[in-house]
Amino acid sequence: MYTQGLDQSDTRTPGPEEEAQLVQAFQARIDAEEKIEPRDWMPDAYRRTLVRQISQHAHSEIVGMLPEGNWITRAPSLKRKAILLAKVQDEAGHGLYLYSAAETLGTSRQQMVDQLLSGKAKYSSIFNYPTLNWADIGAIGWLVDGAAIMNQIPLCRCSYGPYSRAMVRVCKEESFHQRQGYEIMTVMARGTDAQRRMAQDALERWWWPSLMMFGPSDSDSAHTAQSMRWKIKRFTNDELRQKFVDVTVPQGHFLGLEFPDPELKLDEQTGHWNFGPIDWSEFKQVLEGNGPCNAERMRARQTAHQEGAWVRQALLAHAEKHEDIR
Amino acid sequence: MAVCDQQDLFTYLLRLGDSGLVLGQRLSEWVGKAPMLEEEMALANMALDLVGQSRMLLSYAALVEGKGRTEDQLAMHRDVHEFTNPLLVEQPNGDFAHSMARQYFYASFAERLFDKLQHSADTQLAGIAAKAVKEFRYHARHAGLWMVRLGDGTEESRDRMIRAIQELWPYTGELFETDELDRRMLEAGIGVDLHVLRKSWREDLDRVLGEAGLPLPADDAWMHSGGRAGRHSEHLGHLLATMQFLPRAYPDAGW
Ligand SMILES: [Fe+2]
Ligand SMILES: [Fe+2]
Repeated sequence: MYTQGLDQSDTRTPGPEEEAQLVQAFQARIDAEEKIEPRDWMPDAYRRTLVRQISQHAHSEIVGMLPEGNWITRAPSLKRKAILLAKVQDEAGHGLYLYSAAETLGTSRQQMVDQLLSGKAKYSSIFNYPTLNWADIGAIGWLVDGAAIMNQIPLCRCSYGPYSRAMVRVCKEESFHQRQGYEIMTVMARGTDAQRRMAQDALERWWWPSLMMFGPSDSDSAHTAQSMRWKIKRFTNDELRQKFVDVTVPQGHFLGLEFPDPELKLDEQTGHWNFGPIDWSEFKQVLEGNGPCNAERMRARQTAHQEGAWVRQALLAHAEKHEDIR
Repeated sequence: MAVCDQQDLFTYLLRLGDSGLVLGQRLSEWVGKAPMLEEEMALANMALDLVGQSRMLLSYAALVEGKGRTEDQLAMHRDVHEFTNPLLVEQPNGDFAHSMARQYFYASFAERLFDKLQHSADTQLAGIAAKAVKEFRYHARHAGLWMVRLGDGTEESRDRMIRAIQELWPYTGELFETDELDRRMLEAGIGVDLHVLRKSWREDLDRVLGEAGLPLPADDAWMHSGGRAGRHSEHLGHLLATMQFLPRAYPDAGW
C-alpha cells in the first residue's frame, strides 16, 4: 500500500553562516567515505538529486517489466517461462526497495508514482523499444541488465546509505539476470538458422540503445560533476560506457554475432574497443517521448493504475473499518 | 493395495500438471497490470509456483508414459481436447476480484488435495505434493484475504466480488467429480477421496465468506463439467495459441 506522505526529519532552517558550516561538515563526511543516513543533515540539492535519481531508477524497474512481460505468456519452454517470471518478479522487487529508499528522503511512493503517471518523471529510455522476437528477451538480459550492472555496481558505494544498501541487493540479482540473458542468446545463436537470425536481429536493435543507457557524453552531462563530488556517482558516463563495450563485444563475438557498428575496432595499444559515434538525436527523440513505445508504456502504467484504483480503495476502506480492532 | 496401470498414472499426473500449467499461464497474464506493486509480486510468485509444480508433474508424467516425451512436448504440443484441466482454471482473468475468487477456489481445493497426496503410495508424487501443498496454502490464504478485503471494502468492491463468485461458482463442482480413474487411483493408494475434501473446502469457504460478509452460494447450484475429459470452453484454445506459438512455429528449434 502507498504511504500517505512522510515527515522530513529536519524542519529547522539554519542561518547562512550555520548553513555554510553544515555544508562543509557534510562534504568532509563524504570525503571521508562516511555514509549519509536519512536523519542526517544534507543540502537540499543533494536530497533533490537523490530523490530524482532513485525514483527514476525505481520507475525504470517498473516500466522495464513491460517489454519482458510481453513474452511471459509466449515463452518457448516451461523452464524459460519460469526463469522469465522470476526475473520480472525480481524487477518488481527492485522497484519496491528503491521506492522505499527514496521514501527515506521524504517523498512518498504515491508522489513518485503520480509523477511517473503524469509524465513528469523519467524512466530509462531503453524500455521504450519493443520486444519483437524471443531473442529480445536474451538481448535485454545480456545487454540491458548488463549495462545496468555497470551503472549500479559503483552505486553500491554511493554516499547515501539506504541507496547503497538497496544497490548491493539489486546488483546480485542483476548479474544473475545478465547471465540468464546471455544463456538465451547462446542457445539462439547456436540454434537453427531462424533462431540465429532472431539473435542477430535482436543484437542489432538493442546495441545502440544499450550504449545510450549510460547517458550523454561527459561534456554534455548536466549532473556529472556535482554528483561525483557528492559520491553519488563514481565514474563518468563515458568511462562506464567504455567498460561495458570492452566487456560485451568479446561476448558477442564469441557467439559469432555481428555488432551493428562498422567502426568497432580493438585498439591494440589501449586494449579498449573503439566504437562509432552514437546517434544522440535518436536519444533525444526517445527522451522527448517519440520512441517506438513511449506512448504504449505510459498507457499501460496508467491503465493498470486506473483499473486498480477500486482495489486500493477497497483495501483502505477495509483497513479503516478494522482500525479499532488493531 | 492394487497395482496401478501406468496409463492411469500418466493420465492422473497429466490432470494435475495441466491444472497448474493453465492456471499459471492465466496468472502470468497479470504481469504489468496488477493494482499495486505488492500484488505484481504476489501474482508473479503464484504463477511461478504453478509453472514450477506443473513442470515436475508433467516431467514425471512423461517418464511414466515411457514414450520419450518431455514436459515441453506435453505442454506445447497437445491440442485443446487433450488438455485435462478443470474448466475453472481456464476461465479468463476478468477483474482482480475474479482472479482472486478463482485462485481461492482452486488453491483451497489443491491445498487439501496435495495435503493428502503427500501420503500417496507413489513416492515421487508424494514428494511433489509435499512442496505443492505449502505453495497452495499460501495461495489460498492470500486469495482468501483478498476475498475478505474486497467483500468488506467498498460498495464497488463488494459488488465485484459478489459477481465474481456468482460467475465462477458453477465451475467449482468439477473439482470434486470422481470418475473411474479417480476410483482406481484411490484403490491403488495413489489418489485421494475427493468427497472427503469437499466438506472441509466448503467449511473454509463459509468462514471466508462469513468474514467478508458475502452471501453463501448454494450447494445444489448447476455445475459445469467436461474439462477433465477434454471438453473445454472456448477460452482454452486462445490460451494455448499464445502459449504454444513459438514451439509450434519452430518445431525443430531447441530453446
Ligand atoms: Fe532490476
Ligand atoms: Fe534485472
